[in-house]
Amino acid sequence: MKRALKIYLEKPELAGVLLLIVLMAFFEVRSHGVFLSLQNIRGVLGLLPEVGAVTIGFAMLMICGEFDLSVGSVFAIMPMSIALMLIAGIPFWPAFAVGIAMCAVIGFLNALITLRFDIPSFITTLGMLFVVRSLTIVMSGGFPPLLATDKVPMALFTGFVGGGLFRASFIWFVALVVLASAIMSITNFGNWIRATGGFIEAARSMGIPVVRVKFSCFMICSILAGLAGTVQVFRLQSPFPNLGESLELQAIAGSVIGGVALTGGVGTVFGAVIGALLIRVIDNGLVLSRIDANWFKFAIGALTVFAVVGNSWLRRTARRIKVEV
Amino acid sequence: MSLPAPIISIRGLHKWYSGVHALNGIDLDIESGQSIGLVGDNGAGKSTLIKVLSGVELPDGGEIRVEGRPVAIRSPKSAMRLGIETVYQYNSLVPNMSVARNLFIGREPLRFSVGGIGVMNQRKMREDSAQAIADVDLHLRSPDTLIAELSGGQRQGVAIARAMYFKSKVLILDEPTNHLSVRETSKVLGFVRGLATQDVTTILISHNLHHVFISCERVVAMARGKVVLDKKVTETSIDEIVDAI
Repeated sequence: MKRALKIYLEKPELAGVLLLIVLMAFFEVRSHGVFLSLQNIRGVLGLLPEVGAVTIGFAMLMICGEFDLSVGSVFAIMPMSIALMLIAGIPFWPAFAVGIAMCAVIGFLNALITLRFDIPSFITTLGMLFVVRSLTIVMSGGFPPLLATDKVPMALFTGFVGGGLFRASFIWFVALVVLASAIMSITNFGNWIRATGGFIEAARSMGIPVVRVKFSCFMICSILAGLAGTVQVFRLQSPFPNLGESLELQAIAGSVIGGVALTGGVGTVFGAVIGALLIRVIDNGLVLSRIDANWFKFAIGALTVFAVVGNSWLRRTARRIKVEV
Repeated sequence: MSLPAPIISIRGLHKWYSGVHALNGIDLDIESGQSIGLVGDNGAGKSTLIKVLSGVELPDGGEIRVEGRPVAIRSPKSAMRLGIETVYQYNSLVPNMSVARNLFIGREPLRFSVGGIGVMNQRKMREDSAQAIADVDLHLRSPDTLIAELSGGQRQGVAIARAMYFKSKVLILDEPTNHLSVRETSKVLGFVRGLATQDVTTILISHNLHHVFISCERVVAMARGKVVLDKKVTETSIDEIVDAI
């Protein structure tokens, strides 16, 4: 019994699940049954893959011990460049591949600058946030270009499947969650990511290629951000140059609420997804409960601080529960 | 008839750190199965020597032979491949990971893999780590326990179990009893003495001469990047070593 309690307390994502259920029940009552209606669930699930994918990449990088503030800008630059390439007459798939490659290069540069000059990734990626945003706006000329929707295989990205409850992006997202969770929990690469973020000296002295691990995580994070932005633009059908502004803050909040530690080495993909879902639920629930939507940021801010305080309290309490080791 | 080659033979080893001559022509032969205490004041060069042997630093000159063959130890991995394992004072375990995962860190057994990345055989990891820990006489309830929950002495026990599991021929222990309580210290020294019965060559680095005298058969003292004394513990005394360093 004590052992079970201890295991529970050591898994902050379970606390997130509990909070999620409580909030959903609360909003269901406050909105007089609208919150859990098919129509509304569809809306929440339509948005989740976009923020969720960014949060997953962000969480993996954070577990690895690094940080990426440029995700919001990368979120905008990939769809923007795809839209411009389509206008220039390039077919969709080559344009899509170039977009992904561009994100990979941004992630590579984030890693290269951070590791080569041994500076905090907070600074490198803060710089990248401005640089990439500026590039996006310059590329677009300040106005959203038209998205050549006839060239995009929409059904593959945002078309409705399964009787109209999900978009295709949701299926991709579920696959991503499963894949990323598997990488983190059952592969040696996941072990290396956790070890690199948990205690880099130990990882290095045991022969883990810590530099390559960090490069991979930076690049995964950027690619997922770009893909998420692309899906959002395909859904909205308009590549706004200011898309994804302050998204990095939601990615941090989602990861942290889901139990990923800022210091690295701690956290799970599932937790990050729960964190992202909590944010979506609060956003949506506030609107449905006819609470002034300007309280959204207040709620997210309070929840973030509460989650970190709560998680560290849980961890301390779990450690105090003495079971024989 | 010739004697078997020493397990480690060092000739004329040099290392400079931006103007400091950290290793100034080290000559040292270590016979297989010996337990050696490496002592010296801060900055004497003992940590540098260990870093070179464990692949963390590259030497600037000199030769290292392992079992008679000249070798280049370029990385921690290449040292491990030669059978040289190191237990550091900060014990090179990741606190937020389980005992089983720490034991196999960087050397995870895989069910299948593509380009070195693959799915871990977690069952083997748990079973073998439980066995490895029991083999060094450390008693933990479960290999799923997080390192953060263990005491300092237990952690060093896990680090030693890891080295033993991977069949190290030479085990370097870099100040393994730093920051440990008296009871924990005697436990770790117990692990070290246990290694001698298993034919493992051990190099114990310590500030504490008393620990060296009770756990080692030979003592090597360093000062200013050189070996200044090299005797069996039965043929020297703490006073003589203190005078030398």
